[in-house]
Amino acid sequence: MATTTATATKYWSGGKSPFNVEYGKLMMWYFLMSDAFTFGAFLISYGTTRFATNGWPNPNEVFSSYPFKPEGSAPAPLVFVSFMTFVLIISSVTMVLAVHAGHNMEKKKVVFYLILTILGGLTFLGCQAWEWTHLYHEGAWWGRNPFANADGTLSTTNFTNFFFTITGFHGFHVFSGVIINIIMLIMTLRDKFEKRGHYLMIEKAGLYWHFVDLVWVFVFTCFYLI
Amino acid sequence: MEQTTTAAIHHDTHAGGGVKEIWKVTIILSVLTAVELALGFWMMGITNEMERHFIKGAIIILMLAKAFYIVGYFMHLRNEIKNLIMTIVVPLILFVWFIIAFLTDGHSYNNLKNNYSPAYQERSKQQMPKKEEKPESTNPAEK
Repeated sequence: MATTTATATKYWSGGKSPFNVEYGKLMMWYFLMSDAFTFGAFLISYGTTRFATNGWPNPNEVFSSYPFKPEGSAPAPLVFVSFMTFVLIISSVTMVLAVHAGHNMEKKKVVFYLILTILGGLTFLGCQAWEWTHLYHEGAWWGRNPFANADGTLSTTNFTNFFFTITGFHGFHVFSGVIINIIMLIMTLRDKFEKRGHYLMIEKAGLYWHFVDLVWVFVFTCFYLI
Repeated sequence: MEQTTTAAIHHDTHAGGGVKEIWKVTIILSVLTAVELALGFWMMGITNEMERHFIKGAIIILMLAKAFYIVGYFMHLRNEIKNLIMTIVVPLILFVWFIIAFLTDGHSYNNLKNNYSPAYQERSKQQMPKKEEKPESTNPAEK
């Protein structure tokens, strides 16, 4: 082990946390790992089903609209989802900045960046709500698939079932992330962390929020790009 | 993080590059996403299956790069000590088996159906009726 060198900290010889993090943060990591397996299972079952089917709807035909799109204008694939992706990435950045400000005990900055993060999360949820509504009005829902396969053959409901289940599960994570961030904001405003002397709680909320962004990277790629 | 809950936690390993690093990673993530999208747009005009698979592979590699930057820098996993990194990353290796085994299985199942199930072959050739203007109340894609 690396601990044999004289200068290295002996993490396993007792008296200190072998992982060098506090309990809550370690447990957040483990929770996120288990959550990664849940999402992984979803995405892999989606992949398996796709591999076990001859045809599949073309995502560029299905997801080709955006709000206030002029009637009769050309389909715009990837446009709206690109926007959603950037919103989520930027909200992740503002979250890192909030965590960073927390390290430096800058309450005002923490509040500012947390508000931006919450707004980003709400924007994303709004986009998703719009997209779901739009697809619903096109006739798509669990158990209903109005979209033909890319080659025009009869499709199955697997496409919509997986889409709504996985983006729904992710959206639920975003929703709970926003709630957690709102709680963090209230706690910051009430000087909870100032009194505690550290902003480590924000860091844990941040881990969760980044994970939500991370999952979207995968969901976005699997459903919209490939 | 100088004010720790537990005295036993050493934050000597921490640090990272601060705000500068955050913006650097932001730019990297944005560029990677832009490249992914460019590939996605490019792929729309390509019909050759082989080329499409190639582009999809490239997109997946970019996706993994993004995951690395988010986990490594935004979640600070890179700056944690090795013990913690290993306990998180090693279990995720299961995904390698997970992906290979399940996708192969799906592929094989499709082959079996294509070879032995006349009903499946029949259905795969069936054209979807063109969408009518008013949405139907009944399920157009039955079983």
